[in-house]
Amino acid sequence: MEPIIKLVDYRRTYRNGSLEVHAVRGVSLEIHAGEFVAVMGASGSGKSTMMNTIGCLDRPTGGRYLLDGVDVDSLNRDDLADLRNRKLGFVFQGFNLLSRTSALENVELPMLYSRPAVPGREQRRRALEALKMVGLADRADHYPNQLSGGQQQRVAIARALVNRPRVLLADEPTGNLDTRTSIEVMGVFQALNDQGITIVMVTHELDIANFARRTVVMRDGLVRTDERVTQRLHAPEALAKLEAEQKAVHLA
Amino acid sequence: MLATLKTALRAIRRNILRSFLTMLGIIVGISAVIVGVSMGTGAKAEVDKQIASMGNNLLIVFSGNMSRGGVRGGFGMQPNLTERDYEALRREVPGIVGVSPEVRATAQVAVGNQNTSVGIWGVSADFAEIRSWKFQSGENFTDADVRSANKVCLIGKTTAATLFGEGVDPVGQIIRIKNAPFTVVGWLAAKGANAFGQDQDDVILMPYTSAMKRLTGDTKFRAFSIAAESAVAIPEATNQIAAVLRQLHQITPDKEDDFSIRSQQEMSDFANANNRVMTVLIGAFAGISLVVGGIGIMNIMLVSVTERTREIGIRLAVGARARDVLRQFLIEAVLLSVVGGALGIAAGYWLAPMLTKFAGFPTLISSTSVLLAFSVSAVIGVVFGFFPALKAANLDPIDALRYE
Repeated sequence: MEPIIKLVDYRRTYRNGSLEVHAVRGVSLEIHAGEFVAVMGASGSGKSTMMNTIGCLDRPTGGRYLLDGVDVDSLNRDDLADLRNRKLGFVFQGFNLLSRTSALENVELPMLYSRPAVPGREQRRRALEALKMVGLADRADHYPNQLSGGQQQRVAIARALVNRPRVLLADEPTGNLDTRTSIEVMGVFQALNDQGITIVMVTHELDIANFARRTVVMRDGLVRTDERVTQRLHAPEALAKLEAEQKAVHLA
Repeated sequence: MLATLKTALRAIRRNILRSFLTMLGIIVGISAVIVGVSMGTGAKAEVDKQIASMGNNLLIVFSGNMSRGGVRGGFGMQPNLTERDYEALRREVPGIVGVSPEVRATAQVAVGNQNTSVGIWGVSADFAEIRSWKFQSGENFTDADVRSANKVCLIGKTTAATLFGEGVDPVGQIIRIKNAPFTVVGWLAAKGANAFGQDQDDVILMPYTSAMKRLTGDTKFRAFSIAAESAVAIPEATNQIAAVLRQLHQITPDKEDDFSIRSQQEMSDFANANNRVMTVLIGAFAGISLVVGGIGIMNIMLVSVTERTREIGIRLAVGARARDVLRQFLIEAVLLSVVGGALGIAAGYWLAPMLTKFAGFPTLISSTSVLLAFSVSAVIGVVFGFFPALKAANLDPIDALRYE
């Protein structure tokens, strides 16, 4: 079966005056439907650069990137925007919700830019459905500042899912969250992955990476290891364990 | 589209004070346009009314050539129009319905112990009809009065009020003009000021024969008032009058006329020339203030784009195309300027009558000027909003998302 994401000798070089910075120096990677991949690496390892390329926010300067069989290099800015709209969903570290805009309207946002246009009622229905998937149907008319960090990130996930993308891309999704909320968000990811949604997640936390099925470790612009997660964590169990530990501290 | 409009409204509401201050430039500019144009239109309407009060399809023949360079004689410095000219015009020019000569004098007029100095016009019996004078009471003098130079006269409203008191009917009374007794046969209805601000009602009309014989001793006329039968007949009548007068005055083809013919239209154009200068001047000020207002909008839109860089990044990331972002910010700028324009129009509607009330300027707000002002404000939004919107649309999504 054709992979959803296929990088062939992918390179990304930034030019800063006469100085060339090789952020990614030849990565070949295939991600298939239904996978849950954690990309790890220290800052400067090239993982964010690679995520930007996978997210069609940026184009390779060398090699090829095929998203769902389409060579991104041949596309213009509008085509890329269209791909992001239809095939990709983004979850960011800082949530990136529009403030003073309700959760529901935040989730509707991608559909504003869909072509053909989605009728207003359909937008609402799908946004509510997406909020239900992340367990926030009852918070639809709350504003971001009325929601906790974990809830905001779940709204962001709902927004990423609302156009039924082929891939969910998460850039340090738990970076701003405490342990407990992080595990809850991973629980949402695992549940979505179990429903067949492909997830690529950048993280620098090993604990979090272990919720994925596969980890890719990058260093100096190259992939160092690419392996199956052997001791995979499951969110419900991790949560129970955490609760037990916290209780123990209390008891002690 | 509706969602974009909603977003724009929300962005404007979020910073309501800032939005209002931004709009202020447009509000001032547009209200200046409305008020300025209303002053121009109002003044023109006033002038047109005054010119129309002079009569219908009126032609005036002045003695002396007024279009020649150098000294301009004004209302005929050396009267050179004669009784013979008058008879010939009456007889020979087709397409005219009335002719009246004009002699003028200023004389002391007295009734009892009241007296005043009044402009006296010696005219024919056609004159009242030609110049659209209506009668409050009494009636016009007759051709017979003219032939026998009878001591009869028509009296204007202001003069009558001075001599007899406000609202007292003077018909049948005797007034003394240069000590000669004249009988008032008609009381003229009010006309108001003319295009040059003179009170047309401070006047006494009498047969030109009486005026020449008893007051001035002149034998020539300073002007003729002529009514053409219709507006279409004016050009032909003008040519005919000129031909008749040239022949009678024995002017060879290589010489210039020793008279001038003015139509009502020309007089109205002349009177309106000043108004046009004023309108252009106010228009220029309004234009400058609109440009300043537009720059204000551009400035605030640039600030807005910078402030909302992250929002733009989010929108781009979820699939907004450059043109979607462009449109969003353009609509916001247009909304700002159009709302400003609407407020400016409202302010103009409020200010124009104030101006009339407190400064006495005639004003008239035309729907054309409102439409024009509104379109101009929309155009300003597009023109001055375009650069900031383009800046927003060309942001790189990655940089925009990372912007703090």
